[in-house]
Amino acid sequence: MSTEAEKQELAIRVRGLANRFGTDVVHQGLDLDVRRGEILGVVGGSGSGKSVLMRSILGLREPQAGRIEVLGRRVDGGGQALQTLRRRTGVLFQDGALFSSLTVRENVEVPLATHHPDINDTLRVELARLRIRLVGLPLSACGKYPSELSGGMRKRAGLARALALDPELLFLDEPTAGLDPIGAAAFDDLLRTLTDALGLTVFLITHDLDTLYAICDRIAVIGDRRVLVCGRLEEIEAFDNPWVQDYFHGPRARQAKHSQTRQKD
Amino acid sequence: MSESPQIVMDPADSERWLACGDWRLDHAADLHQHVSGLPGAARAVDATQIERMDAAGAMLLLRAARRLSVEPRDIELREEHRSLLEVIVEALDHETEGETEPPPLWREWLAAIGQVMAGAGGNLRMLLGFLGLTLARLAMTLPRPSQWRVTPMVFHMQQTGLNALPLTALLAFLIGAVVAYLGATVLRDFGAELLVVDLITYAFLREFGVLLTAILLAGRTASAFTAQIGTMKSREEIDAMRTLGLDPIVLLVLPRLLALLVVLPILALLATLAGFAGGLAVSVLSLGIEPDLFLTRVREAVTLQHYLVGLIKAPLFAATIALIGCLEGFKVAGTAQSVGERTTSAVVQSITLVIVIDAMAAIFFMELGW
Repeated sequence: MSTEAEKQELAIRVRGLANRFGTDVVHQGLDLDVRRGEILGVVGGSGSGKSVLMRSILGLREPQAGRIEVLGRRVDGGGQALQTLRRRTGVLFQDGALFSSLTVRENVEVPLATHHPDINDTLRVELARLRIRLVGLPLSACGKYPSELSGGMRKRAGLARALALDPELLFLDEPTAGLDPIGAAAFDDLLRTLTDALGLTVFLITHDLDTLYAICDRIAVIGDRRVLVCGRLEEIEAFDNPWVQDYFHGPRARQAKHSQTRQKD
Repeated sequence: MSESPQIVMDPADSERWLACGDWRLDHAADLHQHVSGLPGAARAVDATQIERMDAAGAMLLLRAARRLSVEPRDIELREEHRSLLEVIVEALDHETEGETEPPPLWREWLAAIGQVMAGAGGNLRMLLGFLGLTLARLAMTLPRPSQWRVTPMVFHMQQTGLNALPLTALLAFLIGAVVAYLGATVLRDFGAELLVVDLITYAFLREFGVLLTAILLAGRTASAFTAQIGTMKSREEIDAMRTLGLDPIVLLVLPRLLALLVVLPILALLATLAGFAGGLAVSVLSLGIEPDLFLTRVREAVTLQHYLVGLIKAPLFAATIALIGCLEGFKVAGTAQSVGERTTSAVVQSITLVIVIDAMAAIFFMELGW
């Protein structure tokens, strides 16, 4: 019975995941849990398969083996189950992945129109505008096309679209990559605020140590085709593995940690 | 399923409203209708019975409160919903700023027409400027053989000339046959079928040989130039060249322009011959004109003047196509979509300009009596 209750607490449960490209093994026996209401940071070297993991969980890629449950449902069920999951998850791709032929507001309206055709035009526009305000964009951005926006604004617009359906679960692929430090910090703050206010669970792929220190509840390190370690920051820092040690005790990590403790004072 | 959302008057207190149920996006359409029908004037809203709420629900709750003239701070809420409502209140705070009303439709149309006209004017000026720039670079490069880019030029000659030859020849052959048929239909009534030969000779020498080739290259080559240079532009290769002290005009435009200047007249000549062949085939097979007669007739009709009137347009067309193709490539800005737009624009512009120039040349030569 306790395992049932435990399952209820998990937003994502991955067991024995295997991903291969030809003879190239990316994941082998990968296990990962994401608890409801937490921000889980996923780190790993380039090519360690962070994005492949995210794509598997999203059902965009069929793994060679393994079991993935999102919000209590199996992803590989396909059909209706997957469609329901899509309604309860939001995804922010690396460069926003906004539809270039639509304005920002129309982009945010797309998921609403797809999954809630009963909502009339006025309300849909208002809901879209609300999301755009929520992510901190000015309303003047509504009528602009993605190509007219800066990188930071595109990410915010992508986040607005990811939040359009009020998802329980949010996937973010390197949300602060390519932003200047101030913009990245502002984006971190925004994520933290929104997660707390909307009660989101967040799966966050990042290379940004500041983001890890500032907003993540737990961190999962991917390496050697599996999750090396998953836990709170202190546990990770104490973990005995050369890559992890380099990552969390290098000069950049020290700096990020330092700035974080300074902020808390 | 969870309870459907509602907001109703408190039976014990008419100035107090009770909200309950599931205020989430799934019920937003019903709620919206419900909320828009609310009467004004109340004192407080009790939302503690709301079981679940998301951003859409919070917005609608605030909307309901506003219709009841209740301040957001007078909404009683469960603790877990408070921070959400605060965030939404803040987001809606700036509702008035920003997005302006779109202008009336007729003004948008007028503006669109104006924009197109101004754009066309700007385009032409830019093209002339680009022509000047290219000629200046050409003049600079000519006396310095070390800067000549011979290999790329030969490469482009193969790409735009040799590889286009089969297609050009085939199309010219077919058009020649069509013209022969067309001429024969009309001329048969006058018993002057033999004049079909003159028709084909004049048509291909003066117009079709070079015009067909130019239109084909405008579609085939201008688009290729735009896509090549545009892709380089979007990957910042052009900027990289500049920072290395290389001149993109010399490196990219001159080889393409010169290659086309060499290749187009040759292709036009071959197209003319293919057109003759098409006409010959029809004449022999279908009109009963002997090949010997056809060739004698052609020899009588062909003069150097006709040939030159046709050929003199070839460099003009070549320059137009090459310059428009390259210029549109340089206009690409960033995205892959932009490459597609510019390529389309390059083909449209170059075909249009080729035909306009051809028409003007035809009138010019006609007036001169050549």
